[in-house]
Amino acid sequence: MIRKMNSPLWFLTPYVLLFVMFIIIPIIIAIGLSFTYFNTIQTPEYVGLRNYIELLTRDEVFMQYVLPNTIKFAFIVGPVGYIMSFLLAWILAQVPHRSRTVFAIILYSPSMTAGIAMAVVWTVMFSGDATGYVNALLLNWGFIQEPIQFLTSPQYLMNIMIVVALWGSMGVGFLAMLAGILNIDQTLYEAAYMDGMKNRWQEIFYITIPMMKPQMLFGAVMAVVGTFQIGAIGVQLSGANPTPQNAGQLMVNHIEDFGFIRYLMGYASAVSVVLLVMIYSISKVTFNILGEKD
Amino acid sequence: MAKFSGMKINPKHFHRSQLKFYILLIPLAAFVALPILFIVSHAFKPMNELFAYPPRFFVRVPTLQNFRNLVQLAADSGIPFSRYLFNSIVVTVVGVFLSILVTSLAAYGLSKLKFKGKKVLFEINTLALMFVPIAVTIPRYLTISRLGLIDTYMVLFLPLIAIPVGLFLVKQFIDQTPNEIIEAAKIDGASEMQIFLRVIMPIIAPAVATVGILSFQLIWNDVVGPALYIDSESMKTLSFYFSTLAAIVGNPVAGQGMMAAASLIMFVPNIIMFLFLQAKVMNTMAHSGIK
Repeated sequence: MIRKMNSPLWFLTPYVLLFVMFIIIPIIIAIGLSFTYFNTIQTPEYVGLRNYIELLTRDEVFMQYVLPNTIKFAFIVGPVGYIMSFLLAWILAQVPHRSRTVFAIILYSPSMTAGIAMAVVWTVMFSGDATGYVNALLLNWGFIQEPIQFLTSPQYLMNIMIVVALWGSMGVGFLAMLAGILNIDQTLYEAAYMDGMKNRWQEIFYITIPMMKPQMLFGAVMAVVGTFQIGAIGVQLSGANPTPQNAGQLMVNHIEDFGFIRYLMGYASAVSVVLLVMIYSISKVTFNILGEKD
Repeated sequence: MAKFSGMKINPKHFHRSQLKFYILLIPLAAFVALPILFIVSHAFKPMNELFAYPPRFFVRVPTLQNFRNLVQLAADSGIPFSRYLFNSIVVTVVGVFLSILVTSLAAYGLSKLKFKGKKVLFEINTLALMFVPIAVTIPRYLTISRLGLIDTYMVLFLPLIAIPVGLFLVKQFIDQTPNEIIEAAKIDGASEMQIFLRVIMPIIAPAVATVGILSFQLIWNDVVGPALYIDSESMKTLSFYFSTLAAIVGNPVAGQGMMAAASLIMFVPNIIMFLFLQAKVMNTMAHSGIK
Protein backbone atom coordinates (compact mmCIF):
# COMPACT_ATOMS: atom_id res chain seq x y z
CA MET A 1 0.00 0.00 0.00
CA ILE A 2 2.86 2.33 0.83
CA ARG A 3 3.93 2.00 -2.79
CA LYS A 4 0.85 3.91 -3.88
CA MET A 5 0.74 6.65 -1.28
CA ASN A 6 1.40 9.77 -3.30
CA SER A 7 -1.45 12.06 -2.37
CA PRO A 8 -0.67 14.99 -0.05
CA LEU A 9 -3.72 13.89 1.92
CA TRP A 10 -1.76 10.98 3.39
CA PHE A 11 0.73 13.43 4.77
CA LEU A 12 -1.41 16.29 5.94
CA THR A 13 -4.68 14.82 7.11
CA PRO A 14 -3.56 13.63 10.57
CA TYR A 15 -1.89 16.89 11.50
CA VAL A 16 -4.60 19.11 10.09
CA LEU A 17 -7.29 17.05 11.80
CA LEU A 18 -5.66 17.36 15.21
CA PHE A 19 -4.75 20.98 14.60
CA VAL A 20 -8.35 21.85 13.77
CA MET A 21 -9.77 19.78 16.61
CA PHE A 22 -7.63 21.11 19.41
CA ILE A 23 -6.54 24.55 18.26
CA ILE A 24 -8.90 26.01 15.65
CA ILE A 25 -12.23 24.75 17.01
CA PRO A 26 -11.46 25.81 20.61
CA ILE A 27 -10.58 29.29 19.37
CA ILE A 28 -13.83 29.48 17.40
CA ILE A 29 -15.82 28.24 20.40
CA ALA A 30 -14.10 30.79 22.61
CA ILE A 31 -15.12 33.57 20.23
CA GLY A 32 -18.68 32.19 20.01
CA LEU A 33 -19.11 31.74 23.77
CA SER A 34 -17.75 35.20 24.46
CA PHE A 35 -21.06 36.58 23.17
CA THR A 36 -23.13 34.43 25.51
CA TYR A 37 -24.03 33.87 29.11
CA PHE A 38 -23.03 30.30 29.89
CA ASN A 39 -22.94 28.71 33.34
CA THR A 40 -22.12 25.17 32.06
CA ILE A 41 -25.55 23.81 33.12
CA GLN A 42 -28.05 25.69 30.96
CA THR A 43 -27.55 26.16 27.24
CA PRO A 44 -25.58 29.30 26.37
CA GLU A 45 -27.76 32.37 26.03
CA TYR A 46 -26.83 35.05 23.48
CA VAL A 47 -26.07 38.37 25.14
CA GLY A 48 -24.30 40.27 22.38
CA LEU A 49 -21.38 42.38 23.48
CA ARG A 50 -22.38 42.43 27.13
CA ASN A 51 -19.39 40.39 28.34
CA TYR A 52 -16.94 42.68 26.60
CA ILE A 53 -18.71 45.81 27.82
CA GLU A 54 -18.72 44.49 31.36
CA LEU A 55 -15.08 43.50 31.13
CA LEU A 56 -14.11 47.00 30.06
CA THR A 57 -16.45 49.04 32.22
CA ARG A 58 -17.60 47.08 35.26
CA ASP A 59 -14.91 44.58 36.10
CA GLU A 60 -12.89 46.60 38.58
CA VAL A 61 -10.51 43.76 39.35
CA PHE A 62 -9.71 43.44 35.66
CA MET A 63 -9.12 47.13 35.05
CA GLN A 64 -7.37 47.85 38.32
CA TYR A 65 -5.21 44.77 38.73
CA VAL A 66 -5.36 42.12 36.04
CA LEU A 67 -4.73 44.31 33.01
CA PRO A 68 -2.00 46.51 34.57
CA ASN A 69 -0.36 43.43 36.11
CA THR A 70 -0.40 41.58 32.80
CA ILE A 71 1.03 44.56 30.97
CA LYS A 72 3.73 45.11 33.58
CA PHE A 73 4.65 41.44 33.70
CA ALA A 74 4.66 41.04 29.92
CA PHE A 75 6.58 44.24 29.20
CA ILE A 76 9.32 43.37 31.65
CA VAL A 77 9.62 39.61 31.24
CA GLY A 78 9.20 39.62 27.45
CA PRO A 79 11.83 42.18 26.38
CA VAL A 80 14.27 41.53 29.24
CA GLY A 81 14.10 37.78 28.73
CA TYR A 82 14.52 38.24 24.99
CA ILE A 83 17.50 40.59 25.26
CA MET A 84 19.07 38.34 27.87
CA SER A 85 18.63 35.33 25.61
CA PHE A 86 20.27 37.16 22.73
CA LEU A 87 23.19 38.49 24.74
CA LEU A 88 23.82 35.12 26.35
CA ALA A 89 23.67 33.42 22.98
CA TRP A 90 26.10 36.03 21.64
CA ILE A 91 28.50 35.42 24.52
CA LEU A 92 28.19 31.65 24.31
CA ALA A 93 29.00 31.70 20.60
CA GLN A 94 32.39 33.14 21.51
CA VAL A 95 33.60 30.43 23.86
CA PRO A 96 34.88 27.01 22.82
CA HIS A 97 32.46 24.19 22.05
CA ARG A 98 32.80 22.21 25.25
CA SER A 99 32.21 25.02 27.74
CA ARG A 100 29.49 26.40 25.49
CA THR A 101 27.58 23.13 25.63
CA VAL A 102 27.82 23.00 29.41
CA PHE A 103 26.63 26.58 29.86
CA ALA A 104 23.86 26.21 27.28
CA ILE A 105 22.50 23.15 29.07
CA ILE A 106 22.56 24.91 32.43
CA LEU A 107 20.86 28.03 31.08
CA TYR A 108 18.22 26.02 29.21
CA SER A 109 17.47 23.62 32.05
CA PRO A 110 14.94 25.83 33.92
CA SER A 111 12.63 25.83 30.91
CA MET A 112 12.54 22.03 31.10
CA THR A 113 11.26 22.00 34.63
CA ALA A 114 7.57 21.52 35.05
CA GLY A 115 6.18 24.80 36.30
CA ILE A 116 4.07 23.43 39.09
CA ALA A 117 6.64 20.97 40.37
CA MET A 118 9.21 23.73 40.34
CA ALA A 119 7.09 26.08 42.42
CA VAL A 120 8.32 24.13 45.45
CA VAL A 121 11.82 25.61 45.12
CA TRP A 122 10.57 29.14 45.10
CA THR A 123 8.03 28.64 47.83
CA VAL A 124 10.79 27.27 50.07
CA MET A 125 13.30 29.96 49.05
CA PHE A 126 10.86 32.78 49.71
CA SER A 127 8.97 31.11 52.52
CA GLY A 128 7.43 33.67 54.86
CA ASP A 129 9.04 32.44 58.07
CA ALA A 130 12.64 32.27 59.21
CA THR A 131 13.15 28.86 57.59
CA GLY A 132 12.84 30.45 54.15
CA TYR A 133 16.30 30.79 52.64
CA VAL A 134 16.01 34.41 51.61
CA ASN A 135 14.58 35.39 54.98
CA ALA A 136 17.24 33.40 56.84
CA LEU A 137 20.00 35.12 54.89
CA LEU A 138 18.56 38.60 55.35
CA LEU A 139 18.03 37.98 59.07
CA ASN A 140 21.51 36.59 59.37
CA TRP A 141 23.10 39.58 57.68
CA GLY A 142 21.03 41.94 59.78
CA PHE A 143 19.14 43.58 56.93
CA ILE A 144 15.79 42.81 58.51
CA GLN A 145 14.52 42.10 62.01
CA GLU A 146 11.36 40.22 61.10
CA PRO A 147 10.90 37.65 58.36
CA ILE A 148 9.11 39.10 55.32
CA GLN A 149 5.93 37.46 53.99
CA PHE A 150 7.30 37.45 50.46
CA LEU A 151 4.71 35.33 48.73
CA THR A 152 1.63 36.70 50.41
CA SER A 153 2.44 40.40 50.46
CA PRO A 154 1.30 42.32 47.41
CA GLN A 155 4.43 44.46 47.16
CA TYR A 156 6.77 41.48 46.73
CA LEU A 157 4.72 38.90 44.87
CA MET A 158 4.88 40.55 41.44
CA ASN A 159 8.63 41.11 41.62
CA ILE A 160 9.25 37.53 42.64
CA MET A 161 7.06 36.36 39.75
CA ILE A 162 9.19 38.42 37.38
CA VAL A 163 12.43 36.96 38.75
CA VAL A 164 11.10 33.41 38.50
CA ALA A 165 9.85 34.02 34.96
CA LEU A 166 13.19 35.48 33.87
CA TRP A 167 14.99 32.55 35.46
CA GLY A 168 13.13 30.26 33.08
CA SER A 169 13.19 32.48 30.00
CA MET A 170 16.12 30.87 28.18
CA GLY A 171 14.03 28.44 26.18
CA VAL A 172 13.68 27.32 22.59
CA GLY A 173 14.14 30.90 21.35
CA PHE A 174 17.47 31.11 23.12
CA LEU A 175 18.66 27.87 21.50
CA ALA A 176 17.51 29.14 18.10
CA MET A 177 19.41 32.39 18.47
CA LEU A 178 22.52 30.57 19.63
CA ALA A 179 22.38 28.33 16.57
CA GLY A 180 21.74 31.40 14.43
CA ILE A 181 24.87 33.18 15.63
CA LEU A 182 26.99 30.06 15.28
CA ASN A 183 25.96 29.81 11.65
CA ILE A 184 27.05 33.30 10.66
CA ASP A 185 29.95 33.23 8.27
CA GLN A 186 33.07 34.23 10.20
CA THR A 187 34.65 35.89 7.17
CA LEU A 188 31.91 38.53 7.19
CA TYR A 189 33.35 39.95 10.38
CA GLU A 190 36.87 39.90 9.08
CA ALA A 191 35.82 41.63 5.89
CA ALA A 192 33.87 44.26 7.82
CA TYR A 193 36.90 45.13 9.93
CA MET A 194 38.94 45.56 6.79
CA ASP A 195 36.25 47.96 5.60
CA GLY A 196 36.58 50.04 8.72
CA MET A 197 34.23 48.54 11.27
CA LYS A 198 35.39 49.80 14.62
CA ASN A 199 33.78 48.11 17.56
CA ARG A 200 31.62 45.39 19.00
CA TRP A 201 28.43 47.44 18.89
CA GLN A 202 28.78 48.07 15.19
CA GLU A 203 29.42 44.36 14.78
CA ILE A 204 26.21 43.43 16.60
CA PHE A 205 24.01 45.93 14.78
CA TYR A 206 25.49 45.72 11.29
CA ILE A 207 26.36 42.05 11.01
CA THR A 208 25.19 39.78 13.81
CA ILE A 209 21.55 40.87 14.05
CA PRO A 210 20.89 41.31 10.31
CA MET A 211 22.51 37.96 9.53
CA MET A 212 20.42 36.04 12.03
CA LYS A 213 17.20 37.96 11.66
CA PRO A 214 15.05 34.90 10.95
CA GLN A 215 16.16 33.41 14.25
CA MET A 216 15.65 36.76 15.97
CA LEU A 217 12.03 36.73 14.79
CA PHE A 218 11.51 33.15 15.87
CA GLY A 219 13.03 33.99 19.25
CA ALA A 220 10.71 36.99 19.55
CA VAL A 221 7.58 34.92 18.98
CA MET A 222 8.80 32.34 21.49
CA ALA A 223 9.49 35.12 24.02
CA VAL A 224 6.00 36.60 23.66
CA VAL A 225 4.29 33.22 23.88
CA GLY A 226 6.48 32.05 26.74
CA THR A 227 5.68 35.15 28.72
CA PHE A 228 1.94 34.61 28.51
CA GLN A 229 2.21 30.87 28.88
CA ILE A 230 3.70 31.02 32.38
CA GLY A 231 1.01 33.43 33.54
CA ALA A 232 -0.11 30.99 36.21
CA ILE A 233 2.96 31.29 38.42
CA GLY A 234 1.45 33.94 40.66
CA VAL A 235 -1.20 31.49 41.78
CA GLN A 236 1.34 28.69 42.16
CA LEU A 237 3.65 30.82 44.30
CA SER A 238 1.04 32.32 46.58
CA GLY A 239 -1.10 29.20 46.60
CA ALA A 240 -4.34 31.11 46.06
CA ASN A 241 -6.55 32.25 43.19
CA PRO A 242 -7.19 35.17 43.36
CA THR A 243 -3.66 36.01 44.48
CA PRO A 244 -3.35 38.13 47.67
CA GLN A 245 -5.03 41.48 46.96
CA ASN A 246 -4.83 40.54 43.26
CA ALA A 247 -1.16 41.53 43.30
CA GLY A 248 -0.06 38.70 41.03
CA GLN A 249 -3.32 38.26 39.12
CA LEU A 250 -2.71 37.89 35.39
CA MET A 251 -5.18 37.35 32.54
CA VAL A 252 -4.71 33.58 32.63
CA ASN A 253 -5.65 33.49 36.32
CA HIS A 254 -8.63 35.73 35.68
CA ILE A 255 -9.88 33.30 33.03
CA GLU A 256 -9.49 30.39 35.43
CA ASP A 257 -11.14 32.32 38.23
CA PHE A 258 -14.26 33.04 36.17
CA GLY A 259 -14.31 29.83 34.18
CA PHE A 260 -13.53 27.12 36.70
CA ILE A 261 -14.24 28.76 40.03
CA ARG A 262 -17.33 30.87 39.28
CA TYR A 263 -18.48 28.90 36.22
CA LEU A 264 -19.12 32.01 34.15
CA MET A 265 -17.80 30.43 30.98
CA GLY A 266 -19.12 33.06 28.58
CA TYR A 267 -17.41 35.82 30.48
CA ALA A 268 -14.19 33.80 30.84
CA SER A 269 -14.25 33.21 27.07
CA ALA A 270 -14.42 36.95 26.46
CA VAL A 271 -11.27 37.33 28.58
CA SER A 272 -9.64 34.51 26.56
CA VAL A 273 -10.42 36.27 23.31
CA VAL A 274 -8.97 39.53 24.62
CA LEU A 275 -5.84 37.63 25.70
CA LEU A 276 -5.38 35.96 22.30
CA VAL A 277 -5.84 39.30 20.53
CA MET A 278 -3.30 40.85 22.88
CA ILE A 279 -0.69 38.16 22.20
CA TYR A 280 -1.29 38.46 18.48
CA SER A 281 -0.95 42.26 18.47
CA ILE A 282 2.17 42.22 20.62
CA SER A 283 3.78 39.68 18.29
CA LYS A 284 2.81 41.81 15.28
CA VAL A 285 4.27 44.95 16.84
CA THR A 286 7.45 43.08 17.72
CA PHE A 287 7.69 41.85 14.14
CA ASN A 288 7.36 45.38 12.84
CA ILE A 289 10.01 46.74 15.19
CA LEU A 290 12.47 43.99 14.29
CA GLY A 291 11.52 44.17 10.64
CA GLU A 292 12.42 47.85 10.30
CA LYS A 293 16.13 47.17 10.50
CA ASP A 294 16.18 45.80 6.98
CA MET B 1 49.11 42.67 10.08
CA ALA B 2 47.49 42.89 13.49
CA LYS B 3 45.66 39.85 14.60
CA PHE B 4 41.90 39.92 13.97
CA SER B 5 40.37 41.21 17.16
CA GLY B 6 36.67 41.24 16.36
CA MET B 7 34.03 38.63 17.01
CA LYS B 8 35.42 35.15 16.86
CA ILE B 9 32.61 32.66 16.41
CA ASN B 10 33.03 29.16 17.75
CA PRO B 11 36.71 29.42 18.74
CA LYS B 12 38.66 26.18 18.88
CA HIS B 13 40.55 26.86 22.07
CA PHE B 14 40.50 28.92 25.19
CA HIS B 15 42.10 32.33 24.84
CA ARG B 16 42.73 35.10 27.35
CA SER B 17 40.30 37.35 25.49
CA GLN B 18 37.46 34.99 26.38
CA LEU B 19 38.03 35.57 30.08
CA LYS B 20 35.53 38.43 30.20
CA PHE B 21 32.81 36.08 28.95
CA TYR B 22 33.53 33.54 31.62
CA ILE B 23 33.45 36.22 34.30
CA LEU B 24 29.87 36.95 33.21
CA LEU B 25 28.79 33.40 32.51
CA ILE B 26 29.97 31.64 35.64
CA PRO B 27 28.00 33.66 38.23
CA LEU B 28 24.94 33.70 35.98
CA ALA B 29 25.05 29.96 35.40
CA ALA B 30 25.48 29.50 39.14
CA PHE B 31 22.36 31.59 39.80
CA VAL B 32 20.36 29.64 37.21
CA ALA B 33 21.59 26.26 38.47
CA LEU B 34 21.04 27.06 42.13
CA PRO B 35 17.32 26.19 42.29
CA ILE B 36 17.98 22.93 40.47
CA LEU B 37 20.82 21.98 42.81
CA PHE B 38 18.49 22.89 45.62
CA ILE B 39 15.85 20.45 44.40
CA VAL B 40 18.42 17.68 44.18
CA SER B 41 19.78 18.40 47.63
CA HIS B 42 16.38 18.93 49.24
CA ALA B 43 14.99 15.70 47.84
CA PHE B 44 17.53 13.67 49.83
CA LYS B 45 17.19 15.54 53.13
CA PRO B 46 15.96 13.67 56.20
CA MET B 47 13.16 15.24 58.23
CA ASN B 48 15.39 16.94 60.82
CA GLU B 49 17.33 18.74 58.10
CA LEU B 50 14.15 19.91 56.40
CA PHE B 51 13.09 21.54 59.65
CA ALA B 52 16.55 22.88 60.49
CA TYR B 53 17.07 26.51 61.40
CA PRO B 54 19.06 28.19 60.05
CA PRO B 55 18.22 26.32 56.85
CA ARG B 56 21.12 24.55 55.20
CA PHE B 57 21.42 24.44 51.43
CA PHE B 58 23.21 21.13 50.97
CA VAL B 59 22.11 17.85 52.44
CA ARG B 60 24.42 16.37 55.10
CA VAL B 61 23.01 12.89 55.71
CA PRO B 62 21.29 11.90 52.47
CA THR B 63 18.32 9.57 52.72
CA LEU B 64 15.75 8.08 50.36
CA GLN B 65 12.98 8.65 52.89
CA ASN B 66 11.26 11.33 50.81
CA PHE B 67 11.01 8.98 47.85
CA ARG B 68 9.68 6.21 50.07
CA ASN B 69 7.11 8.63 51.48
CA LEU B 70 5.98 9.49 47.95
CA VAL B 71 5.38 5.83 47.16
CA GLN B 72 3.72 5.21 50.52
CA LEU B 73 1.40 8.19 50.23
CA ALA B 74 0.22 7.06 46.81
CA ALA B 75 -0.45 3.56 48.15
CA ASP B 76 -2.37 5.01 51.12
CA SER B 77 -4.65 6.96 48.81
CA GLY B 78 -5.51 3.73 46.98
CA ILE B 79 -3.51 4.05 43.78
CA PRO B 80 -0.08 2.43 43.76
CA PHE B 81 2.75 4.73 42.73
CA SER B 82 3.70 2.29 39.99
CA ARG B 83 0.28 2.84 38.42
CA TYR B 84 0.88 6.59 38.02
CA LEU B 85 4.35 5.86 36.68
CA PHE B 86 3.01 3.28 34.24
CA ASN B 87 0.33 5.68 32.99
CA SER B 88 2.87 8.45 32.52
CA ILE B 89 5.27 6.24 30.60
CA VAL B 90 2.63 4.73 28.30
CA VAL B 91 1.00 8.05 27.52
CA THR B 92 4.34 9.78 26.93
CA VAL B 93 5.81 7.05 24.74
CA VAL B 94 2.71 6.75 22.55
CA GLY B 95 2.27 10.53 22.42
CA VAL B 96 5.87 11.27 21.47
CA PHE B 97 5.85 8.59 18.78
CA LEU B 98 2.61 9.87 17.24
CA SER B 99 3.73 13.46 17.50
CA ILE B 100 6.94 12.71 15.62
CA LEU B 101 5.10 10.76 12.94
CA VAL B 102 2.23 13.20 12.44
CA THR B 103 4.50 16.25 12.48
CA SER B 104 7.12 14.84 10.10
CA LEU B 105 4.45 13.67 7.64
CA ALA B 106 2.87 17.10 7.57
CA ALA B 107 6.26 18.81 7.36
CA TYR B 108 7.24 16.75 4.32
CA GLY B 109 3.91 17.53 2.70
CA LEU B 110 4.30 21.24 3.30
CA SER B 111 7.91 21.29 2.20
CA LYS B 112 8.11 19.06 -0.87
CA LEU B 113 4.64 18.18 -2.17
CA LYS B 114 2.60 20.39 -4.46
CA PHE B 115 -1.04 21.07 -3.64
CA LYS B 116 -3.54 23.86 -3.39
CA GLY B 117 -3.60 25.88 -0.20
CA LYS B 118 -0.12 24.79 0.85
CA LYS B 119 1.08 28.34 1.47
CA VAL B 120 -2.03 29.28 3.40
CA LEU B 121 -1.68 26.20 5.57
CA PHE B 122 1.89 27.06 6.46
CA GLU B 123 0.91 30.66 7.17
CA ILE B 124 -1.84 29.50 9.52
CA ASN B 125 0.61 27.23 11.28
CA THR B 126 3.12 30.07 11.64
CA LEU B 127 0.35 32.20 13.10
CA ALA B 128 -0.43 29.37 15.50
CA LEU B 129 3.11 29.61 16.89
CA MET B 130 1.57 32.42 18.91
CA PHE B 131 -1.16 30.16 20.23
CA VAL B 132 -1.28 29.85 24.01
CA PRO B 133 -3.20 26.69 24.97
CA ILE B 134 -4.10 27.85 28.47
CA ALA B 135 -6.09 30.72 26.98
CA VAL B 136 -8.62 28.25 25.56
CA THR B 137 -8.72 25.69 28.35
CA ILE B 138 -12.50 25.99 28.61
CA PRO B 139 -13.47 25.60 24.94
CA ARG B 140 -10.92 22.82 24.66
CA TYR B 141 -12.65 21.04 27.48
CA LEU B 142 -16.01 21.50 25.75
CA THR B 143 -14.61 20.15 22.46
CA ILE B 144 -13.07 17.16 24.16
CA SER B 145 -16.22 16.27 26.06
CA ARG B 146 -18.28 16.61 22.86
CA LEU B 147 -15.88 14.24 21.10
CA GLY B 148 -16.49 11.72 23.88
CA LEU B 149 -12.83 11.64 24.85
CA ILE B 150 -13.32 12.33 28.54
CA ASP B 151 -11.79 9.63 30.71
CA THR B 152 -9.82 7.90 27.96
CA TYR B 153 -6.07 7.44 27.74
CA MET B 154 -6.13 9.14 24.35
CA VAL B 155 -7.11 12.48 25.77
CA LEU B 156 -3.82 12.60 27.68
CA PHE B 157 -1.81 12.88 24.47
CA LEU B 158 -4.12 13.64 21.52
CA PRO B 159 -4.46 17.38 22.22
CA LEU B 160 -0.67 17.69 22.54
CA ILE B 161 0.36 15.95 19.32
CA ALA B 162 -0.03 18.76 16.78
CA ILE B 163 2.61 21.24 17.97
CA PRO B 164 2.86 24.23 15.63
CA VAL B 165 6.47 24.91 16.67
CA GLY B 166 7.36 21.31 15.91
CA LEU B 167 5.86 21.39 12.42
CA PHE B 168 7.53 24.71 11.78
CA LEU B 169 10.98 23.45 12.77
CA VAL B 170 10.78 20.18 10.83
CA LYS B 171 9.41 21.91 7.73
CA GLN B 172 12.25 24.44 7.74
CA PHE B 173 14.67 21.56 8.16
CA ILE B 174 13.28 19.55 5.25
CA ASP B 175 13.45 22.68 3.08
CA GLN B 176 17.25 22.35 3.29
CA THR B 177 17.35 18.86 1.77
CA PRO B 178 18.12 18.97 -1.95
CA ASN B 179 15.33 18.06 -4.36
CA GLU B 180 17.75 15.96 -6.40
CA ILE B 181 17.70 13.03 -4.00
CA ILE B 182 13.91 13.04 -4.08
CA GLU B 183 13.90 13.18 -7.89
CA ALA B 184 16.39 10.32 -8.02
CA ALA B 185 14.19 8.16 -5.81
CA LYS B 186 11.18 9.00 -7.98
CA ILE B 187 13.00 7.85 -11.09
CA ASP B 188 13.59 4.57 -9.30
CA GLY B 189 9.81 4.29 -8.96
CA ALA B 190 9.40 5.17 -5.31
CA SER B 191 6.13 6.66 -4.09
CA GLU B 192 6.09 9.84 -2.02
CA MET B 193 5.46 7.80 1.12
CA GLN B 194 8.39 5.51 0.35
CA ILE B 195 10.61 8.52 -0.22
CA PHE B 196 9.46 9.99 3.05
CA LEU B 197 10.11 6.81 5.02
CA ARG B 198 13.37 5.70 3.43
CA VAL B 199 15.05 8.86 2.21
CA ILE B 200 13.73 11.77 4.24
CA MET B 201 13.27 10.31 7.72
CA PRO B 202 16.93 9.31 8.10
CA ILE B 203 18.10 12.75 6.95
CA ILE B 204 15.83 14.68 9.25
CA ALA B 205 16.76 12.76 12.38
CA PRO B 206 17.95 15.92 14.18
CA ALA B 207 14.64 17.70 13.60
CA VAL B 208 12.76 14.58 14.64
CA ALA B 209 14.77 14.47 17.86
CA THR B 210 13.85 18.08 18.53
CA VAL B 211 10.14 17.44 18.05
CA GLY B 212 10.55 14.42 20.27
CA ILE B 213 12.00 16.54 23.06
CA LEU B 214 9.34 19.22 22.71
CA SER B 215 6.46 16.78 22.80
CA PHE B 216 8.09 14.78 25.58
CA GLN B 217 8.23 17.92 27.72
CA LEU B 218 4.63 18.79 26.89
CA ILE B 219 3.15 15.37 27.63
CA TRP B 220 5.36 14.25 30.52
CA ASN B 221 4.89 17.55 32.38
CA ASP B 222 1.22 18.06 31.52
CA VAL B 223 -1.11 18.49 34.47
CA VAL B 224 -4.07 20.09 32.70
CA GLY B 225 -5.06 16.92 30.85
CA PRO B 226 -5.21 14.50 33.79
CA ALA B 227 -6.77 17.14 36.04
CA LEU B 228 -9.59 18.18 33.70
CA TYR B 229 -10.24 15.36 31.27
CA ILE B 230 -9.75 12.29 33.46
CA ASP B 231 -12.13 11.24 36.20
CA SER B 232 -10.78 7.79 37.11
CA GLU B 233 -7.98 8.05 39.64
CA SER B 234 -6.34 4.95 38.16
CA MET B 235 -5.81 6.67 34.79
CA LYS B 236 -4.09 9.74 36.11
CA THR B 237 -0.40 10.39 35.61
CA LEU B 238 2.64 11.06 37.73
CA SER B 239 2.61 14.77 36.94
CA PHE B 240 -0.96 14.98 38.20
CA TYR B 241 -0.21 13.07 41.40
CA PHE B 242 2.74 15.35 42.10
CA SER B 243 0.73 18.49 41.42
CA THR B 244 -1.76 17.48 44.11
CA LEU B 245 0.90 16.74 46.75
CA ALA B 246 0.67 20.17 48.34
CA ALA B 247 -3.02 19.61 48.96
CA ILE B 248 -2.70 15.99 50.17
CA VAL B 249 0.17 16.55 52.58
CA GLY B 250 -1.17 18.69 55.38
CA ASN B 251 2.16 19.66 56.90
CA PRO B 252 3.96 22.05 54.54
CA VAL B 253 7.46 21.32 55.82
CA ALA B 254 7.11 17.55 55.73
CA GLY B 255 5.65 17.98 52.26
CA GLN B 256 8.65 19.99 51.06
CA GLY B 257 10.96 17.01 51.01
CA MET B 258 8.43 14.95 49.11
CA MET B 259 7.71 17.73 46.68
CA ALA B 260 11.41 18.18 46.03
CA ALA B 261 11.70 14.44 45.42
CA ALA B 262 8.71 14.65 43.07
CA SER B 263 10.21 17.59 41.16
CA LEU B 264 13.41 15.64 40.79
CA ILE B 265 11.59 12.61 39.37
CA MET B 266 9.84 14.88 36.87
CA PHE B 267 13.01 16.74 35.93
CA VAL B 268 15.50 13.89 35.48
CA PRO B 269 13.98 12.31 32.32
CA ASN B 270 13.79 15.77 30.71
CA ILE B 271 17.42 16.59 31.33
CA ILE B 272 18.63 13.14 30.28
CA MET B 273 16.77 13.42 26.97
CA PHE B 274 18.19 16.85 26.37
CA LEU B 275 21.75 15.82 27.28
CA PHE B 276 21.66 13.02 24.75
CA LEU B 277 19.99 14.97 21.99
CA GLN B 278 21.32 18.50 22.48
CA ALA B 279 23.66 18.37 19.47
CA LYS B 280 20.72 17.39 17.25
CA VAL B 281 18.55 20.10 18.73
CA MET B 282 21.17 22.74 17.98
CA ASN B 283 21.45 21.43 14.44
CA THR B 284 17.67 21.86 13.98
CA MET B 285 17.61 25.29 15.52
CA ALA B 286 20.05 26.54 12.90
CA HIS B 287 17.15 26.37 10.43
CA SER B 288 14.55 27.76 12.78
CA GLY B 289 14.32 31.26 11.36
CA ILE B 290 11.05 32.93 10.33
CA LYS B 291 11.60 34.32 6.87
